[in-house]
Order: sequence, then structure tokens, then C-alpha cells
Amino acid sequence: MTQPILLQGGHVIDPSRDMDQAADVLIQDGKIAGVGRGLGAPEGAIVRNVKGKVVTPGLVDLHVHLREPGNEDEETVASGARAAAAGGFTAICAMPNTDPVTDNQAAVGFIVRQSGRAGLARVHPIGAVSIGQKGERLAEFGEMVSAGAVAVSDDGRPVASSHLMRTALEYARTFSIPVANHCEDPMLAAGGVMHEGLVATRLGLKGIPAAAEEIMVARDVVLAELTGGHVHLCHMSARGSVAIIRDAKERGIRVTAEVTPHHLTLTDYACEEYDTHAKMNPPLREAADVAALRGALKDGVIDCIASDHAPHAYDEKEAAFDDAPFGIVGLETAFAVAYSELVPGGVLSLPELLRRMSTEPARVFHLSGGTLAPGAVADVAVFDPAAKWSVDPATFHSKSRNTPFAGRALTGRTVLTIVAGTIVHEL
Amino acid sequence: MTASPTLGKDLTGLEHMTPEQIRLILDTAEPFKEVSERPIKKVPALRGKTIVNLFFEASTRTRISFEFEAMRIDMVVIRHPSSGAAEFLGNRIDSNVINAGDGKHEHPTQALLDLLTIRDKHGKIEGLKVCLVGDVLHSRVARSNLWGLTKLGAEVAVCGPWTLMPRGIEDLGVKVFGRIEEAIEWADVLNVLRLQLERMEKGFIPSLREYYRVFGVTPERLERSPRAITIMHPGPMNRGVEIDSRVADGPHSIILDQVTNGVAVRMAVLYLLAGGRAELADAAKRGGGE
Repeated sequence: MTQPILLQGGHVIDPSRDMDQAADVLIQDGKIAGVGRGLGAPEGAIVRNVKGKVVTPGLVDLHVHLREPGNEDEETVASGARAAAAGGFTAICAMPNTDPVTDNQAAVGFIVRQSGRAGLARVHPIGAVSIGQKGERLAEFGEMVSAGAVAVSDDGRPVASSHLMRTALEYARTFSIPVANHCEDPMLAAGGVMHEGLVATRLGLKGIPAAAEEIMVARDVVLAELTGGHVHLCHMSARGSVAIIRDAKERGIRVTAEVTPHHLTLTDYACEEYDTHAKMNPPLREAADVAALRGALKDGVIDCIASDHAPHAYDEKEAAFDDAPFGIVGLETAFAVAYSELVPGGVLSLPELLRRMSTEPARVFHLSGGTLAPGAVADVAVFDPAAKWSVDPATFHSKSRNTPFAGRALTGRTVLTIVAGTIVHEL
Repeated sequence: MTASPTLGKDLTGLEHMTPEQIRLILDTAEPFKEVSERPIKKVPALRGKTIVNLFFEASTRTRISFEFEAMRIDMVVIRHPSSGAAEFLGNRIDSNVINAGDGKHEHPTQALLDLLTIRDKHGKIEGLKVCLVGDVLHSRVARSNLWGLTKLGAEVAVCGPWTLMPRGIEDLGVKVFGRIEEAIEWADVLNVLRLQLERMEKGFIPSLREYYRVFGVTPERLERSPRAITIMHPGPMNRGVEIDSRVADGPHSIILDQVTNGVAVRMAVLYLLAGGRAELADAAKRGGGE
């Protein structure tokens, strides 16, 4: 059994119980044993004085790409889980667009085993919707769920066929898992490399219109209503999507949605000077989109923040904008970017931010964690809300360095991450 | 570094140039016009300089930059299908980089020669109404012209099918005409862009025939204008598609002057980037006798 841990004198924020107060947290046998003032340290306990720090449920990320199997030079399950722990994440969900695609129980089981071997942040596999992510035949959801898959998605590619999406939503109901979709009309988006708008016009780059996302969001909402299935909309970027989701939720449709830290903080102006670290899909959009996404996160129309951590080798991004791959890493900057950009400006309070990064994502994918309730798994993060640091990609635990936040001065840093009662990261 | 005192290191586009820099190039080009008429077109200021022309066809990764480090190249003229390729290269090598067209982004020397040709014809640019006609969406010539013209005080419009208009173009301070008749009624100068056959294949327009009928610049349409409209085209032309031959070869066409001025403008750019001083340009072109 692991040693007990006592986190003493910290400020506990547990969104699952609306707790926001000074308290100690005691962890025993991998579980939360108690939260309260003046807890005593059991025999042999590890004691950490966390005065001035914030103690919260470990963060949960519903959307990461770990490149194993297939591109282990860019990331592995272990390196991704290490980066996650450094960012305060105790559970992350790995998208299945690996090579080969994670579309069967053996492949799903491999991710689970690699996660166990690493013993860092818990890595939950997401299985593919379709075999080979080809958008044709359903993958075996039942077998993948029995091997540990927590959701299905063809992320990286949209489920283009409305028929396949309908079938996936219906079939997934049996296993109570969401179907997570990358919302993009492939014909409208074809060849685009950034947001379609003034900046793309000036740079002479082909745009991806917001309508490409909005059309697919609308379709998925309609299919969720038709089937009673749970659709989870990945990385929302457009204000029109927010309006559609808001309406769907008011009508009681089973839809959840996520947004990335970068879509909450950057616009298409980041693509100026052809900065390939601002190239992602969906693309960074306009200030009005950022404002709508922030509002939606505040009022729960968008349920949670997800990083869409997408590692790429440095030389792949060292290319003309058209030629560079989409995506950026985010596990090690997600909390601090969101905290620095959203909390001081009053967009979210710190408890609201932590709710959107821990309790809510855990709820959306039915994961353990996201709470410090006694008896719950001891997935805990400790942040220093006053720590000031500057992003230096060379120090990342991730194998990749592709971030648009290099050099950015941030506030708020993970000082301790505990997964199932074991310290997996300590600054 | 080999930055020119007047233009900086590279010429990648007109968007970030000042009106003074643009005028400097145009003025410097004046004396070079005569050089381009000579049988041996040499600029002594460039003697001994190694200049590389890099013209990429397909989308080739710009890895070549690393190889340049080992070579002693003074200047690189690059054309590349990816927007931003010239900037990409310029940021990675010490040589001067001249953009000869990057994707749909900019083609600065073409716009500079267009500006010079307009100035020759009208004696000024400020206050003129210039309309770029055709496939603005895919045109680097249109973008560079738009920047150059607005910086020098012209009124600028674009005209073409809405399928070939880039989003947000009106926010760049230009008028947008959906019909060629409206453009003709408004303009002093029409700069007619080449329509690539590929646009029909990709479905932006239904046919070249219909394009000619709806957007073609024809004598019949021009006759309705109260003014004699100056006609330009960056070439190569699709006669009978975007422009009628009678217009291309007509009395108000300055298309051949564009070709002549192209040589002078490019010489001026090379001269200035090599460190040549504007006021010496006149002497420099005569330097052949030294």
C-alpha cells in the first residue's frame, strides 16, 4: 500500500461539493480519507505544508494525442502522461488517431497497459468510431469498452457520413459512452489552413469558414435528438456553434462540448508572419468568437476545457504555413494559460475554472476523479496561484515543443500532482 | 547581414512597406528604363554579385535554406506556391530575398511595375480610381497592387464573381463591384487579372464562356464609359476570356508598357537591395564606361 499523504494548511477548492475554504486533505490507501481542519498525520505519512497553495481535484483532459503507437518520436503514452502530471492533470483521454488506429480491443488494451507501466497520469483510451477511422464501418465499441475505452471518436477526421454518425450514436447508447466528434464539413474546409477571414485574405492563405464547424455541430445536435445518444463536440471554435449548442441544451438534447485554452485566448492574428505554431484545426478565429466561447464556458453551454494536446516534431512545423501540420502541445500550459488569461480578468473565478477542468470533464466521460469527496480516488493537484513563470518549451516533459505560448509570462503553476494516492509530479 | 539602408534586407511584399519606400523604387526605376532598351542590359552596381533564381513548381519544402548557408549567395529571387515562402526563406538566410510571387500572398515587383506604368500614363497615382478585375481570391498580383495603390493614394476597387472574392476584402479599404458594368462606370484604370483554367475545373465558375459573357472586358462595355479607361493586364492573357483582344491591343491598353517597365523595376530593386543609393541610380546605369 502507498504511504498516506497529508496536505496541510492549503486552500481547498472542490467544485464537486462547492467547497472553497482552508482545509487539510488526508489521503490513505489511494483514496481521499478526509478533508477538514486540523487533521492529524497518520504513522509514516508524507506531510506537505501547502499553505498559500490551492488543493483541488486533479485536472482531467478529455482530448489529447499521444502518438503511440506510430510516432513515438513525437510522443509516447509515458511522455504524454509525464507532461500531463506536470500540468496538474491526473487523467487524460487519448484520441485513437494513432498508427495503426486504436480501433479494436487489443489496441485499446495496449494503451491501458502502457499507461499502467508509466504509472503517471492515468491515460484513458478513446476508441475509433469506424475501423481505421475510414468513416465506413463501425468499430467494435463493446469490445473496446471492455478493454478500457471511455468514449469513441474519429477525431482528426470528422464523421462525415450522417448515417454512420447516427448509427454510432445509437449503438453507443448500449455502453453509455459518448461519441466525440471533430465537427467540420470536409468539403467546405477542404484545403483550408486557417480561419477564413481578413487575416487569411491578407496572408493569401486558404481559409476554413466557421460555417464548416457550425454545419456539423447542427447536424450532430439533430442526430443526438433523433437517437437519444450522447454527442460530445470537440474543440469548439466558432460563435455560431455556441448558439446552436445553447439552443440544443435548452431543448434537453444530450450534447456536451469542450473548448481549448488556445481558442479561449488567441485569434487568427496569431497566424501573422506565417507562424506555424498558430496553425491548428479548428483554426483560431476572431475576437467575437473568443468572447462567445468564454461566455459559453462561464454559463456551462460549453462544459469543459480540453487541451487538444497535439505533438509534432520541430522540423515538421519548420515549414511554409501550407505545409506544416495542424496542432500544438498544451498539457503543460493549459492550466496556467487559462488561469492567467481568464481569472484575473473576471471571465471565470478560480473555482469555476477548476470545475471546467476537473469536475465537469470527469462527469462528461463518466470518469472517476474530479472530486475530493471522502472515499473518492485520490487524484489531486496542488497549484501555486502566485507563481510567475515564463513558458520555455525546452523544459517541457512532452517530447514535442510546438506551442504558440513560448516566452509567454504566466501565473499559476502546478507544484504537486497525486494520482491514486501516489505523488507523480512535484516541483 | 546585407540590409539595404533604404529597403531593409528583403523585398517580400508591399503590405509592410512605406509609401516613401515604394516611391523610391519607382523613382530609381526611371533611369533603368533606358538600360532595358540597350542590347546588353547590365547594371554595374551588381557586378560580381551572385544571384540565384529559385522557381519552385510543386510545393517544395524550403529546406534549401540550409544549403545556402554554405554558399556565398548575395541575393535570392524566389517564386513558390506556398504563401509566406519568401518570408520563410528571408528569415533564415543572410542573403537578400526578393519575392517573385508566393502562393496567393504577394507579387511585389509586379505591383511595382504596374504602379510605375500607371504613373507614366497618368502622371500621378494619387486620386486615380483603379479596379482590379477577376480572380482576386487566388491573386497575389491583386494583393500587392491593393497595398501599393492604397499607400500611394489611389482609390481601389475589385470586381469579379463573388466566388472569387476573398472574405473581408472590403475591410481593406476597397470597393467591391459584383458587376463589371459598375466597375467600368467607376474606374479610370482597369487591371484585368488572368483567369486560370483551373478555376473552372474546381467549380468557382461554371465555364470560361460564361465568364467572358458576364465579366469579360469588351469594347462594347467600355464604350459606355464616359472616360477613356486605361487597360492593364499582368499577363499572360487569356484572350477572349477575361479580356477581349480588341481591348488588349486597343489604343488605351498599356500592357506592353508594363512588360518594358518590368525590367526597369526589377533592376531598381536589385540595385537598391545591393546597397545602391537612389540619387546615384542615374550615374550607376552609365557606369558601364568605367
